[in-house]
Amino acid sequence: MPRPIPENSVGIVAPQCLRFDEPLELRSGKQIDGYELMIETYGELNAARSNAVLICHALSGDHHAAGYHSEDDSKPGWWDTCIGPGKPIDTNRFFVVSLNNLGGCAGSTGPSSMNPATGKFYGPDFPVVTVRDWVKSQARLADRLGIQQWAAVIGGSLGGMQVMRWAISYPERLRHAVIIAAAPKLSAQNIAFNEVARQSITADPNFHEGRYLEFGTYPKKGVMLARMVGHITYLSDSAMRDKFGKEAESPNSATISGNFGRDLRTGQLSFGLNVDFQVESYLHYQGERFSERFDANTYLLMTKALDYFDPTVDYEGSLSKAFEKSNCRFLLMSFSSDWRFPPERSREIVNALLDAGKQVSYLEIEADQGHDAFLLPVPRYMDALRTYLQRVSDEVNA
Amino acid sequence: MRPDLDIIQHWIRPGSRVLDLGCGDGSLLEYLKIHKDVSEIGLEISPENIQQCLGRGVNVIEQDLNKSLANFKDKSFDTVLLTQTLQAVSYPDVLIDEMLRIGKNCIVTFPNFGHWRARLYLTTKGRMPVSNFMPYQWYNTPNIHFCTVRDFDVLCREKQIKVISRTVVDHLHQGRWTIKLWPNMLGETAIYHISR
Repeated sequence: MPRPIPENSVGIVAPQCLRFDEPLELRSGKQIDGYELMIETYGELNAARSNAVLICHALSGDHHAAGYHSEDDSKPGWWDTCIGPGKPIDTNRFFVVSLNNLGGCAGSTGPSSMNPATGKFYGPDFPVVTVRDWVKSQARLADRLGIQQWAAVIGGSLGGMQVMRWAISYPERLRHAVIIAAAPKLSAQNIAFNEVARQSITADPNFHEGRYLEFGTYPKKGVMLARMVGHITYLSDSAMRDKFGKEAESPNSATISGNFGRDLRTGQLSFGLNVDFQVESYLHYQGERFSERFDANTYLLMTKALDYFDPTVDYEGSLSKAFEKSNCRFLLMSFSSDWRFPPERSREIVNALLDAGKQVSYLEIEADQGHDAFLLPVPRYMDALRTYLQRVSDEVNA
Repeated sequence: MRPDLDIIQHWIRPGSRVLDLGCGDGSLLEYLKIHKDVSEIGLEISPENIQQCLGRGVNVIEQDLNKSLANFKDKSFDTVLLTQTLQAVSYPDVLIDEMLRIGKNCIVTFPNFGHWRARLYLTTKGRMPVSNFMPYQWYNTPNIHFCTVRDFDVLCREKQIKVISRTVVDHLHQGRWTIKLWPNMLGETAIYHISR
C-alpha cells in the first residue's frame, strides 16, 4: 500500500460475508440450498437509499474492487482506477457495492467451499451457474441491503453481461445500466478460446476430475495455460508490441527498434525450447501468479457462464424484444483494439436498444490496450464515465 | 441558442421521439428535452462533442453519418434533424433518403450558397467565398457539398419529397418580406421541413 494513502483511495477496506438461507433455483433446474456471498462496500448509503451502485465483476474479478485489505497489501482492488473519492465512480457521491459471484473462489460459496450435504469440497459437484443466477443472487443481496433500486449497475466484459441481465430481469430495480466492453453473446471464436482454456485445465493430470482438493493437489499447469490463452485475448497486437518492443534487456540496443515486439529475454537465442522472448516469460509470469490465487473449477464455471450467456433465448432470439420492458437509461462503451468483444458487438446491443426505443448512449473509445482497456485509466473513457455518473448522482441525490 | 434552432422547435411535437444527425454539443436536443419533453438520440463523431452531450444528459451515439444508417428502422423516429450538416456529408442525397426512411418527418437546415454575398465574392474576386459564416478555405473546408435554396428545391422535386414548410432567414435569422420574395438571393440559412 502506498503511504500516505492517496486522497482518492477508499483506503483500507474490510470484506463482509453474508449468509443466505433461502434456496436459490438455478437456470439449470438444480438448486443451491444456502450460500454465502462476500461483499465490499465503499461510501455511504444516503437516507433515501437511492445512491447505491452495484459493480459486477468479470471472469477473474471478485468483491475486492477498490482500496487495500491491509497496510502490507501491495496491490489495490481490481477497479481501483475507477472507484474512490473523486474518481469516476465517486464514493463521495455513491454507495458502491461489489461482490464475489456465486461459484467464485474469493470467499463466496463455490467449488472450493465445503458441501454441507457431504462434508467434502463441492469441487465438480458445484452446479453450473449462469449470469441469470448471479443476477438473481445479486437481487437478493440488494434486498438484504435495503436497496430497492440501484442508481446504476456497472460492469465490464462478463460484468457487462450481468448488467444487461439486470435491465432485462429487474427493469424497475435500476436507473442506469453501464455496459462496458461487452457482447450480446459469445461468438464461436470466443467459445473456442474458452474451450482451449477448459481443456488445458481438465487435461492436467492433477485435475482428478475436479476433485483435486480431495487429493491434496492442484492442476496448476492447466490453470496457467488457461490464463495464458485468456491473457492473449485480452491484449491487442499493438499492446504487445508496446510492451515487448521497446525496452529489451539486450545490451545491443541498436537492433531493438526493428524488433516489433519480439525482444529477447536474454539477448541470445537458446536454439532450444527455453524461454527466449520477453512475451513468453511475461505470459508464464501472468499464468503463474493467476494459478496461485484462482480455483480451477471456478475458472471452468466462469467460462461456461460466458458461453451460455444469451438473453435472447426467452425472446424468440430477439435482443430488442429482450429489452422491451427495460426502464433504465443505458451507457455503452467499447474499445477500438478490443478483439475479444470488439466494438461491433457493443453496437449490436446498441442497435437492439434503439430498435426497442430505449434511451441509450454509446462511445467507441480509441485505445490500444485491447480488451484490457476497460480496466485501465484511458482518459476519454474515464472522462465519459465520470461525467455520466455525475449526472446520475445529481439525479438520485436531488 | 442558435436562432435557426428557435424556428425548428416549433415544428417538434411535444413528447415525440427525435433523432439529431450530427447533434454537435447536444444543446438543441437538451433544449427540446427540457421544453418539448422529447425522447432524444443524437449521432455524433467528435469525442469532444460527445463528452458535452453526456454532460448535458443527452443520449448520444458515436456513429458516422457517412457510413450506413441501416441500424435505424423505418419510421422509428417522429422527427429526424439535420442542422447545418448537410453540406459536410459525403452523399447528401443518400442521407436525405435515409432520413426520410427513418423519420416520419424531417428538418434540414443548411447555409445557402446562393446568397448574394457569396455570388458577389465569386463574381468580383473569382475565388471561392470566405466569410464569417463560411470561414474556411476551399482546401480545408469540412463543407464539401454546398448548395443553394434553388438546388435543394430541385432535389426535393426530383425525389418527390414533400416540402411541408420552408423558411429562409438572413444572418439575424429574420424572415423579412424581401427574403420571402428573393429567398435564394437574400437568405443565408435555409430551413426545410420535409416528409415523404
